[in-house]
Amino acid sequence: MTLLAITVLGHDRPGIIAGTTDRIAGLGLNLEDSTMTLLRGHFAMTLVCAGGASATEVEEALAPLAADGSLTVTVRELPDQQPQGLVGTQWVLTVHGGDRPGIVSAVIGEVAEVGGNVTDLTTRLAGELYLLIAELDLPASVDTDALAVALRSVADQLGVGVTLRPAESDEL
Amino acid sequence: MTTHPRVAAWSEADLDVVGRVRDVVRAPARVLSTDGGRVDPTAPEVVQLAADLVATMRVSPGCVGLAAPQVGEGVKVFCVDVSAHPKTRDHHGTFVLCNAEVVESSRNEKAREGCMSVPDLTGDVKRPSRVVVRGQLPGTGEEVVLEANAFEARALQHEIDHCDGLLFLDRAAGAHAIYARQTYL
Repeated sequence: MTLLAITVLGHDRPGIIAGTTDRIAGLGLNLEDSTMTLLRGHFAMTLVCAGGASATEVEEALAPLAADGSLTVTVRELPDQQPQGLVGTQWVLTVHGGDRPGIVSAVIGEVAEVGGNVTDLTTRLAGELYLLIAELDLPASVDTDALAVALRSVADQLGVGVTLRPAESDEL
Repeated sequence: MTTHPRVAAWSEADLDVVGRVRDVVRAPARVLSTDGGRVDPTAPEVVQLAADLVATMRVSPGCVGLAAPQVGEGVKVFCVDVSAHPKTRDHHGTFVLCNAEVVESSRNEKAREGCMSVPDLTGDVKRPSRVVVRGQLPGTGEEVVLEANAFEARALQHEIDHCDGLLFLDRAAGAHAIYARQTYL
């Protein structure tokens, strides 16, 4: 059993997912985790599949998708590993303000500094407004008040606003 | 829930000044991320601002509330009027509050919010659907404590957040809770 990461990037049009998944199914691969979105209007998809086919076989099967040059497809084998359970506390970090280079690196650098892990990230540029929303897993030992102060200090230097809130989940 | 009779009976005619339509500022304007100052609700400039907020809300299609930072004034004054919105249950019609704060809240619900100051995005925000809000009426300065539910509760919290320098973006439920939109209403 091989675990494969497949990325498909490029010009958006109807039928990309249908064409990709049809070929994957044809190889007997099981589509496990996937995510797809449009980034500045461009199609961007990552799939993690498991099955008996090698990366080379999958690459060959998907090659027709990229034949006209509008899409880039990559296939890489992933090491087999069990997903790590969340061990800390979950938070949502929001940053918004005027667009300028370095916002993500400066802010997320503070998170990395305390051993925090970004588990999901979206950034958007809407007109002049730059927006970052990150979901964080912070080790239980992190002083979150101190992290919030550090984030505000960085945000002030960048001229952007920052909010750090516990992620809410309702257990049913 | 019982509506507050004084607030329900209030209208912008009580201000006795003519409101002017103001330009609405958009993020990333710094005033939108700045905690607003408290005001004297009886001060003539605050009464004028209250009238301006209502006048600007009235000419903005679909607008159910407007806060002072959205017209470039970093102070705690806002207006709401959710009376024509389909998600409204109980409501107080048009009113303006100064220095308002949420004093009680319960029953969280998630819903999609938009904002005139963030015209290109909407977002899912979880907020209490029942609140008790304390504030002062402009002009008289009378303190009122009112109950609100459903969409009026959401609108009040959205506007109070504006007065505290927060946008709905700051309360987005997660990394996938923000959506692009092509047109504002």
